[in-house]
Amino acid sequence: MTSRRLDPEIEHLLRELAPQVLGSVIRKFRDFAASEDAVQEALIAAANQWPVDGVPQNPIGWLIRVASWRMTDHVRNEVARKRREELVVSLVPPEQQIALPADLDEAPERDDTLTLLFMCCHPALSTSSAIALTLRAVGGLTTAEIARAFLVPEATMAQRISRAKQSIKASGVPFQMPTDDERAQRLSAVLHVLYLVFNEGYTSSGGPELHRVELSAEAIRLTRAVHALLPESGEVAGLLALMLLTDARRAARTGPNGELIPLAEQDRTRWDAAAIAEGIALVTATLSRGSVGTYQLQAAIAAVHDEATRAEDTDWPQILALYGVLAQLSDNPMVTLSRAVAASMVHGPAHGLDLLSPLDADPRIAGHHRLHAVRAHLLEKAGDLPSAIAHYRSAAERTTSTPERNYLLLQAVRLAETR
Amino acid sequence: MKYILMMNTPGNGPYQIASWPKKDLHAHIEFMKSFCTKLGAAGELVSAEGLAGPDQAKLVRADKDGKPVTDGVFPETKEFLAGYWIVDVDSPERAYQIAAEASAAPGPGGKRLNMAIEVREVMSAPPQDLP
Repeated sequence: MTSRRLDPEIEHLLRELAPQVLGSVIRKFRDFAASEDAVQEALIAAANQWPVDGVPQNPIGWLIRVASWRMTDHVRNEVARKRREELVVSLVPPEQQIALPADLDEAPERDDTLTLLFMCCHPALSTSSAIALTLRAVGGLTTAEIARAFLVPEATMAQRISRAKQSIKASGVPFQMPTDDERAQRLSAVLHVLYLVFNEGYTSSGGPELHRVELSAEAIRLTRAVHALLPESGEVAGLLALMLLTDARRAARTGPNGELIPLAEQDRTRWDAAAIAEGIALVTATLSRGSVGTYQLQAAIAAVHDEATRAEDTDWPQILALYGVLAQLSDNPMVTLSRAVAASMVHGPAHGLDLLSPLDADPRIAGHHRLHAVRAHLLEKAGDLPSAIAHYRSAAERTTSTPERNYLLLQAVRLAETR
Repeated sequence: MKYILMMNTPGNGPYQIASWPKKDLHAHIEFMKSFCTKLGAAGELVSAEGLAGPDQAKLVRADKDGKPVTDGVFPETKEFLAGYWIVDVDSPERAYQIAAEASAAPGPGGKRLNMAIEVREVMSAPPQDLP
């Protein structure tokens, strides 16, 4: 919607209100798929009308009312369709069947955003469907905006969203909070989806350009909302901190031509000090409460990096210790890679290379470009330039990222020419 | 993750599909159309194109002034690219599954072609900061 771009303040307000409006409409009409469509239409109507007529006194009531009118049309059409199909004549006139509840303008429930998130990130959905549905139903983005962000045609994204809604309908997920038993698991699914949205925006999945700021900002906004609703959850705070501490380095992460700049060579004066301060405060508060999860640990590691004003000031022993704890919590070869880098900074490259050895027998990462890249880096530090060059080249051949391939090729060339 | 699925068909002489019986050609075209519609409905299709026959293919190089010099046609080419799909899927396995479906397109006599479909991942950005 081009009109959505006209007024950033109104756009922001609409995105804030979207999940609350949707929650209210679903509770009245119970049909998630149709309610979601109706709310999209109401948002678009508001984006067109509000900049001209001004923002109504009760914007949320306005949106709920307009979405409800759309739902009324929808229900009326459904009733007519069913009647045609089944030739069943009800004795109750359709106007009464679809009479609107009188309490439509009641304040939306506080947990609607959360309930919606749990619904959109339900395990019955594929990851890509959950991401798309979350951005539309909770984030209030249009299908066109989501399609643009993921570089797929709008029609494809529309189908993905409509299939996601069908899956929800088919799985019979009710619009209510998960039970206490399910809650932890379902929350981790929500956090995973938010993390993926952030990563998609931070790294961008297409072409030479690295950043798609909108998606990272959207992920941070949604995670912030979840944090406000669940302030006691350490992992929610941890994820928000991780996003802030990572996003803080965005400006320094690439050069003028989109080339990657590794952490050690970034111009740290370009890091976002406010985001770093907020992230560090969050992670410090959550770690002091004693519960530790993988997002909190990753955030803690990001915080240690961000605290160093110069790369050489980095507290590597602390980072190594944190990776040690992380390795105990999750059996992930990517953690071993980072741990090997930290170990080489503390105990020397030979130690890091030792940590890499078992990974050659791990089918999840053997032959992966990241293993080659880290090994190349450590071999270079160890002074074995021919092997380092060979591994940089192998990594470059295997990566599926253009900026990363260019970076790795340049590393290989740099070593080859200094020999 | 995005993958390109490239449909390579045998070269050697004229566009082979042109010599198929009408019924078989129709069945093949119908298959390709509904295959594409299905990918779209699954929310997985990024783009798809069929390419004109190799009879019209040219190889182009720049001359010393940067002007195009064309060369061709190439009847001796063993295989040529007939068309491609770009899909956005959750896993490489899903891309292979789609490729297998395309590979089984009907050919002459309604028999499965079992064409070779080359599957390649489309370049994207790195997942995280470099160490």
